[in-house]
Amino acid sequence: MQKLKLDEIKRKWKRKDLISLEQLDRSEIETILLIAKDFKKKLKQNEPIPSLMGHTAVALMVEPSTRTRVSFEIAAQKLEISFLSIDYKSSSIQKGESLKDTVKNLEALGIDYLIIRHPAAGSPYFLSKLLQISVINGGDGAHEHPTQGLLDLMTVEEHFGTVSGLNILIVGDILHSRVARSTFWALSKYGAKVRFVGPKTMLPVYFRDFGAEISYDLDQSLPDADCIVLLRIQHERQKTELFPSLNEYIASYGLTKQRLAKCKKDVLIMHPGPVERGVEIESELADSEKSAILRQVENGLAVRMAVYYLLSRNKAT
Amino acid sequence: MDNKKTGFHISSGRLIDPLSRRDEIGDLYVAGGKIVDPTDFPADFQWLRIDAQGLIIAPGLIDMHVHLREPGETRKETIRTGTLAAAAGGITTVVAMPNTIPPTDNPDTITWIRKKAEKEAVVKVYPTGCITEGRRGEKLSPFQSLVQAGAIALSDDGNCVQNSRMMYLAMEFASILNVPILDHCEDTALSNGGVMNEGYWSTLLGLPGWPSVAEEIMVSRDILLCEKTQARIHLQHLTTEGSVRLLREAKKRGIPISAEVCPHHIALTESALRDYDTRFKMNPPLRGQKDREALIEAIVDGTIEVIASDHAPHTVFEKEVEFEKAPFGVVGLETLLAVCLKELYFSKKMSLLDLFSRLTLGPSRVLGLPQPSLDYGSSADLILLDLGAEWTVEASQFLSKGRNTPFEGLSLKGKVVLTMVEGQIVWKMEGKDLVVK
Repeated sequence: MQKLKLDEIKRKWKRKDLISLEQLDRSEIETILLIAKDFKKKLKQNEPIPSLMGHTAVALMVEPSTRTRVSFEIAAQKLEISFLSIDYKSSSIQKGESLKDTVKNLEALGIDYLIIRHPAAGSPYFLSKLLQISVINGGDGAHEHPTQGLLDLMTVEEHFGTVSGLNILIVGDILHSRVARSTFWALSKYGAKVRFVGPKTMLPVYFRDFGAEISYDLDQSLPDADCIVLLRIQHERQKTELFPSLNEYIASYGLTKQRLAKCKKDVLIMHPGPVERGVEIESELADSEKSAILRQVENGLAVRMAVYYLLSRNKAT
Repeated sequence: MDNKKTGFHISSGRLIDPLSRRDEIGDLYVAGGKIVDPTDFPADFQWLRIDAQGLIIAPGLIDMHVHLREPGETRKETIRTGTLAAAAGGITTVVAMPNTIPPTDNPDTITWIRKKAEKEAVVKVYPTGCITEGRRGEKLSPFQSLVQAGAIALSDDGNCVQNSRMMYLAMEFASILNVPILDHCEDTALSNGGVMNEGYWSTLLGLPGWPSVAEEIMVSRDILLCEKTQARIHLQHLTTEGSVRLLREAKKRGIPISAEVCPHHIALTESALRDYDTRFKMNPPLRGQKDREALIEAIVDGTIEVIASDHAPHTVFEKEVEFEKAPFGVVGLETLLAVCLKELYFSKKMSLLDLFSRLTLGPSRVLGLPQPSLDYGSSADLILLDLGAEWTVEASQFLSKGRNTPFEGLSLKGKVVLTMVEGQIVWKMEGKDLVVK
């Protein structure tokens, strides 16, 4: 890989925040991925990584999170960014403070990035208008999870060498999935054909207006799939049961060995985690050579480093 | 001013009177709170002349869907500020919704509102009583006492009575008393916590959807119950193409049902929510373009006979939160007329006579109030409107305490320059001296 002129790329980057992949055009996504790949290589080869020492990131997790928070934290450490994580259970929000007041206080303390995970869709938009600092969407309700979409895209591209023309299935509780929305935009902007698969109650027809295909039949969709992205059922977001029973869901939409036999030999299996073994995927398949689940996690680190880097102002020492 | 010796001579204005279908240049005389024939007055009677050349003279608007927030939430609005805002918007009568704190499910609260309005309101205020106690949909309110105390109609607005038997009984009792029931049509099991219209935009934005059918189910139910009881049922703030279709069919079959639409639902669509701006969050929500067009068609052809603001003020801090947490509602008293002019008159969809009919006659008929008119003997509730005045919506300039307008920054044409209630000037545009000395 040719040595990147990182500073030059950063200077051309215009956005203050990373809120949604639907907003980004392909060239912006390409820029993030270019840097992510470079960082991944540097990490592997123990090459020096640019330092953003002097910067501070705060992750405000108003909803439980382990992998995303830790990934942002380690990504910050690699770039020498000071990182603090605020759990909503111990935050002033629990005492009734408004989100606006909480984040305004954080900004006044001189932080540079706010990573926000929040159960309400659109919260990062709301914060981005209030704050001068960079807001990074770490998942907002059922809206988007942009770094997840980027790492999914990076994983698919890395595996197949290209994304254009690939048939991708995104399977499960599409309605409540922020991953589905971000991963869809990332892959489709790179020319993949994305088909959403799930029960009608979890897959509104309006997804067709995104430019996606829709299917309620997983078995029919499997043979031409290059990659299957499985999603967790978001029990916590469902106000009413959207499938008569979990067993029936598994019978219709769970990825099993029998179903895998209908797929292409080199099909790639992905899952944003946390995996509910035995529900959306048979346990063995999650650990099989076809699974890219851990590679997704690895790429997440590089993607989040790239995001910090691009959004950083000229403060680094 | 001593009404016995002086009156107003409003000269050379364009008289718009939907009741008599009059649209002509002329003069109007006001004395003793009424519109009068000047030849009935002695020669030495003093007429203060108001020069209305180039202005519209029309009956004041009746807004039958207003949240004055008093008692209980005076930080959002008071009877005083709400009625000042109404006067500035050309509204001379408001119907106050029942979701106050306490709610108007008892005669004392109705009496309290009336007395407070007598002291502080600058326009006429009619309270509504709750259909059910606490607007909980479980037990009927004491209708007779509410009506005796001055409730002009019954409504659980903000909530919809989910139990159809309860609604059936409510209609039967209301029909005995000959008062209308105003219904907020929402099947809450179907709307299921939705915060915007269910469709492409809710799917894109990841926000819980409030499907059209949740309104239409209740519209259907109310039509069927109305047919059975022959009660006076009025469907509030309709928003969907399906509701319009059901209403049109019902009217064809002679069912005595009426309906209203709000300016924001005919001016805006759900795409306005793309940035999660809580100023566009209202219940029922903004719908799609086809719905908007169907509502306009229904207003134009008279299927929907009332336009109302659903003025719902909230404090700034309540709206400055995550979208899903923000309260529903937008203010509308001060933009009602100008937005309607933009969407319906200047767009050449309706005549001024027909538009004023939806804003004056329509609501008076639904409520059983005297029909507003410019004829002799009518109450002098009227406005002078400068149809050519261009202005930009600035919430900071509102007389309402509410700043939650979806029309901030919008350029509009048509500004009320004077509002009169029972012959008294209750609002006059600043810097505009219309009285000829």
